[in-house]
Parts: sequence; C-alpha cells; structure tokens
Amino acid sequence: MILRLSFASLMARALTVSMTILAIALSVALYLGVEKIRTGAKASFADTISGTDLIVGARSGSVQLLLYSVFRIGNATNNVTWQSYQGIAARKDVDWIVPISLGDSHRQFRVMGTSPAFFEHYKYRQGRSLAFEQGEPLSDLFDTVIGADVAKTLGYSVGDPIVVAHGLASFAEHKDQPFRVSGILEKTGTPVDRTVIVSLEGIEAIHVDWQSGAQKPGDPTPVEKVRQMDLKPKAITAALVGVSSPLKTFSLQRAINEYAQEPLLAILPGVALQELWGIVGIAETALLAVSVMVIVTALIGMMATIFSSLNERRREMAIYRAMGAKPSTIFGLLILEAILMGAIGAVLGLLFLYIGLFVSQPILDAAFGLWVPIDAPSLREAIVLVAVIAASAIVSLVPALRAYQLSLADGMTVKT
Amino acid sequence: MTAPDPILQLGKVRFRWSGRAGFSVAVDQFTVKPQEKVLLLGESGSGKSTLLSLICGTVLAQEGTVNVAGTNLATLSGGQRDRFRAETIGVIFQQFNLLPFGSVTDNILLPLQFAPQRRKRVDAPNEEAKRLCEQLGLPSSLLTERAATLSVGQQQRVAVARALIGDPPLILADEPTSSLDAGSQANFLDLMFKQVDANGVAVMMVSHDPRLADRFDRVIEMKDIARSEREPA
Repeated sequence: MILRLSFASLMARALTVSMTILAIALSVALYLGVEKIRTGAKASFADTISGTDLIVGARSGSVQLLLYSVFRIGNATNNVTWQSYQGIAARKDVDWIVPISLGDSHRQFRVMGTSPAFFEHYKYRQGRSLAFEQGEPLSDLFDTVIGADVAKTLGYSVGDPIVVAHGLASFAEHKDQPFRVSGILEKTGTPVDRTVIVSLEGIEAIHVDWQSGAQKPGDPTPVEKVRQMDLKPKAITAALVGVSSPLKTFSLQRAINEYAQEPLLAILPGVALQELWGIVGIAETALLAVSVMVIVTALIGMMATIFSSLNERRREMAIYRAMGAKPSTIFGLLILEAILMGAIGAVLGLLFLYIGLFVSQPILDAAFGLWVPIDAPSLREAIVLVAVIAASAIVSLVPALRAYQLSLADGMTVKT
Repeated sequence: MTAPDPILQLGKVRFRWSGRAGFSVAVDQFTVKPQEKVLLLGESGSGKSTLLSLICGTVLAQEGTVNVAGTNLATLSGGQRDRFRAETIGVIFQQFNLLPFGSVTDNILLPLQFAPQRRKRVDAPNEEAKRLCEQLGLPSSLLTERAATLSVGQQQRVAVARALIGDPPLILADEPTSSLDAGSQANFLDLMFKQVDANGVAVMMVSHDPRLADRFDRVIEMKDIARSEREPA
C-alpha cells in the first residue's frame, strides 16, 4: 500500500515528475545509443575484413599496412615484387591469395587493381561475400566494377566509361584507355563501397606509355596492341592471404616477415584492427564520458525536483508521521520515490533506444555503412539500467535526509 | 470500587522548542479518563499544538511525564513512540489532512500500515473501512475515489473513519471544526461522538471555540492547565 501511495504521490505531481523521468529516459537512451553505435562501429570496423588470415605488404607498420590495404587510407611506402608475391602464393600453407595494387584514382575514389579471386575471397561482416547490384564481374581488360558509393555519388550505371587519373589528386589522366563499368556492387558498409576495382592487367595496361610517373612523349600505344602485350605486373601494393590451416597462420606470418628476398610484413588483420581501435579509443572514451555526464545531469535534475517538492509535501509527510510513520519511513519513501523515477526512466530509456534503433538502423546503414544490430538487452545494458536506478537512490539521499530532518522538526504540526 | 486508570496523564511537564524563539509550555497536571470527552479551549499561540505533539510523542518533554494508556512515553525510543502512537492514538486534523492522491480506502487504512496490533484487531480491513464509511453516512461508491475529489463534509467523515479504525483508545482532534459553519460543526460532532460512543474510546478535542462546550463531558481552558512563554529574541 505504501508503494502504491508513493506511486500515487508521484502521479499527483505528474508534470514535474514526468519531465524528470523524461530527462532520465533520454539520458539513458543516449548513453545506451552511444554504446550501441560504439559497439556497432567497432563491429563494423572489425567486419571490414573477414576471413582473411594475413595481409602482406612491404615492411612498414602493421596499422599503416592495414590502413592503406583495407581502408584505402594513406599510401604504401614500398611495393611487393611480383616474384615475392608468386613465391608466397606458391607456398603449400597458402590456400588463396589476392593481390591488391593501389596508386591511381578516379575523382575522389581510389582505384584498386586485383584479380578475380578478390570477389571470391574478400569477405566482410562475418563472412558475407560481395554481391552485385547490377552487372557482372570483370571480364574484359578494361572492365571495372565500382562500389555502391562510387555509383551513387557519381551517378554511374553499367556501361558508363571511367577515365582513371594517374596517382592520387592528379590532373594527369589515362584518357587513352578508358574503362567501362561492368558491374556495381551492393553496399557493404566497407571501403569497397568507395573503390573502383579493375584487374591487375588493367592497371598495367593504362601504364604502358608511362614511365617514372610521367607519360612518355609520342603517340599512345593503340588499345588493340596493348591487349596483345604481356601485362604481367612487376609489383603489387599488398596481398590478402588465406592459409590452408589456421594452425599455419603464425608460421606463415613468421616466414613472410623473415622473407630473405625483400623486406615484407605480414599482419593478422584482427590484431592490427585492435591496435587501430586502441588509437581511436580516446574519442570513444570521450563520447562515453559525455554520455555518462548527461545521465549524471539528469539525476541531479531529479535531485533538484525532489528537493523543490519537499516544502509543498511537508503536510504529506506530517500526515504520515501522525499516522505513526517513523522519520526513517519518510526517508525511505523519498528514496523509494527516486528509485521509482529512476526505474521508470531507465525502462523508458530502453524503450526509446529500441524505437530509435528501429528508425535509425536502415538510415545509419545506408548513410554511413554502419550496421547497428537490434538485439535483446545485453548484460552490460542491464547493468547500466541497474546502475542508473542505484544512482537515483544515491542522489536522493540528500533530499531524503532533508525530509527526515523536516519530519523530525515538524512532527505533525504542519498546517499548510 | 477503584477509578479506572486514566487514558492520558501529564504531570509536571516542561517542554521548550529549541528552534522556535524559545517557545515553551509547562503543564503541571492533566488527565483524561477512558471514554471521556474533553474539550481543551485555548487561543492561538497558547501551546495547544505543542501539547498535542507531546501527547503524540513526536516531541519529548524535557521534564515530567506523559503517560498514554499507562505507558510513559519517555521510556520509549523514537521508533517505539511512533509505533505506540500508531497503535494507541487516532488523530483528526484541523483540515482533515487526507492524502489527496490516495483513495478513501487508502486514507482510512493508512494508520494500520504502521500499527500491527491495531491491524490485528481488524479482521477484514476493507470491509471495516466500508462499514465505518456506511456508519458515517459515506456512500461505499466513494471508497475508491481519490480524497482530493471529496467535498469538505465527505473529507470530515473519512478523517473520522481513519481515526477510529482499529479502535485506538484515544482520539485527538486538533480544531477539526474551526473552518466549519455552526451547522456543519454540529453535524461533525454528532458523527464523531456517535462513533466514539459506539467504540468506547476517549476524545480530547482542541479548539478555540467555546460554543462547542456543552457537547463535551469536560471543558478545560488551556490557561488553567498550561503556562506558555515565548522568550524575547
């Protein structure tokens, strides 16, 4: 009955109480939302590459190799020779290998030369394969497959020509050998969406008349003649490797890192991703800290609400006292009230979170390639909710103590 | 034949509020017998509310004894006094002081929440609340209504029912008729006394209105039993 009366008392002050609960609910939803997006972003980040055991490149740093080979951020300091690539590919412990050649661009998007094996072995988001929204894989030397963002941003469709620029942010273009869009990939939420994919041979073909980064003087080599040429690359930027057995991953990594013919680096994508996440983790922590502060602010708001209600409720407390309630009961009532507000706010916050997730999930996926899963509340989220309720009780100690003192001082004499 | 023990007995009581400009009350001797109806008349500031607080045990006398139903309140701890009050005393306030957000039943049953013995005396609380309401002329359809929606007359009845439930031996009424016209005052006293007589409990009502005197067994002027002083600031 006391619990019911406490709830009824809250309902009697519905407007201020609902505003307080709303503030708690929104702050809880914000915190849980940030947490969901943070974990979703982390998962999306980790899901950028899946099923690849090693990434091989010229010796540099593991994060740098990961950034330029997978995220298309930054540049390689050196290349991997075709001989080394073939040497690694020939090893028995290598199940598959996909070469990656970077360096050219189209508008603001990177151009990546690779082999057809890329479409077979590149996996993202827990083993999902690349799928075509339109068209088909590379079949001609001058075919290109573009990512979903490239197609959307530049308005390309299958059959459209693409002229690749030499290098990055360069005005020199390979106008003589335009590519043709043969396929457009479905959105993946990975850097593939922002990549123009061509064959390794295509990359070689557009550089036939180029030397040391500049076009050779004279007439360009006719396309038909280029098609007859041996377009085997001399070097690649990196390679994605799948091992024949997980047990051989480390021995293969060691072997590549100790490769005698040239200095190479083999990295475990998961480990490098963790390193990278550790670097961006400061922003993550800052975001979480801001969310926590929002919750704290809402709870302090609740404390202020309870405080400001004390004066108008002295009569209510005097009634309880006259009926035999101890000052400690009045103290407990205030705590109970705060717990009720905290609990309703927390549950409402969870509800807001799920409504927000249902609404924003497709938007986040389409706009940022960020897949935020809608799962049942996790143990961590449950702990957050319990912590909010407990914090509600703690912040209400101050007004409850004041109510205790008032009820002791007033006894049953308040006649407001 | 020996006289029954008084339900209320104050002897050589001295009390001074610490934070209220040194307001103090002294009562040399005051008793209320079981089933007696006593009217305590006094002007505002004469120390009536302080006296009620002393009898209820929400404050303790610095000197002297306050015995309620044979128990010296000074021998009880704060928590025990609160429980003792809930068990022994039914209180009716000047403005009836119902919890406005609680239903009529909630308000009537509230004292039982803090008084286990009083609760034991009521076999079926809801039925008892309904019975009291019927006897006080309150329709049972109002039992689930919020107290805030009741008229003043209905609130009077609920306040009386709340004081009477579980048969506490002493009812303290703190100026319950002060805001009522003469007709309403008479009605209220009729209602209260009818139930008080039926339950065989004592009543001590505090008022500043001497016109009510002929309805009580005994009328006492506050100034005759108590001295109040306010020390200059």
